[in-house]
Amino acid sequence: MATVLESDPASAADTFEVAGCQIGSRLILGTGGAPSMEVLGEAIQRSGTALVTVALRRVLPGVEGSVLDVCQRTGVQVLPNTAGCFTARDAVLTAKACREAFETSWVKLEVIADERTLLPDPHELLDAAEQLVGLGFSVFPYTSDDPVLARRLAEVGCVAVMPLGAPIGSGMGIRNPYNLAIIREQVELPVILDAGIGTASDAALAMELGCDAVLVASAVTKARDPGAMAEAMAHAVTAGRLAARAGRIPRRLYAEASTSAMGLAEL
Amino acid sequence: MIAVVVNGEAKRLGGATTVAELVAELAGDARGVAVAVNSEVLTRAEWATRKVAEGDRVEVLRAAQGGC
Repeated sequence: MATVLESDPASAADTFEVAGCQIGSRLILGTGGAPSMEVLGEAIQRSGTALVTVALRRVLPGVEGSVLDVCQRTGVQVLPNTAGCFTARDAVLTAKACREAFETSWVKLEVIADERTLLPDPHELLDAAEQLVGLGFSVFPYTSDDPVLARRLAEVGCVAVMPLGAPIGSGMGIRNPYNLAIIREQVELPVILDAGIGTASDAALAMELGCDAVLVASAVTKARDPGAMAEAMAHAVTAGRLAARAGRIPRRLYAEASTSAMGLAEL
Repeated sequence: MIAVVVNGEAKRLGGATTVAELVAELAGDARGVAVAVNSEVLTRAEWATRKVAEGDRVEVLRAAQGGC
């Protein structure tokens, strides 16, 4: 793994475990939206990620060079997704195709309800998750920020839950941090924030709320300078994680002096 | 010749074409490729022996950029 953070002892040792594997970075990069493979390669490198998502689409005759070349060159592991599926049936078929194409049983399960919101369809999602677990897949479901649905997905045997912060590509950040905190508390699996991140502070907040990792795609690939944003996200994830472990002070309505009043001069 | 649908387009193939041959023709490099015939995903091991039949709907898919 080529990473800007390797020299940083605070983060280098801070891997997380999912499906029995140690993942070397808490930042997962989605590859959608990058303007070129060169830009994508730079973003992957500067993000320090160890895991990137890829999709499956119809072969276009005459198109050479693929996202897999970039993954291989940068030494990252691939997490295939079922992007674009609206039904459990299509998602299960796509996951099976991913397993053949990428020779991995890991799948990021996306079953969306409609094109406008790209929100997960809870019923189809849970159905697909259950079927795929039964077929031996390690399922990473893209889910809403509903704690009950997250719990159900954990119960059917998913290996992580991936709640959204806001709709895909919206860049709106984390709209319901309280739900995320509840998911964190109620689900023992890794919680990976997926979708909605707009900028580095959103990623830091996700980690401060106790997420194990953050997935970012558009916020990096569609930034004016994707490489620089990728590096910013890496720092944000590290900072947020450290802050979460350090323990923040409680919020108060009124001030609390940090300087003692003892020994204050009477002038 | 047999008439099939490949990635949504009508196509005529020689009668004895295997899935492996179709993949080689369409995709070249088979890395990151998956094939489904009539909504059934084939394992890679099946490609060499499975012949494309009249009326088959074949999807030949490859790794693409994707992710939220």
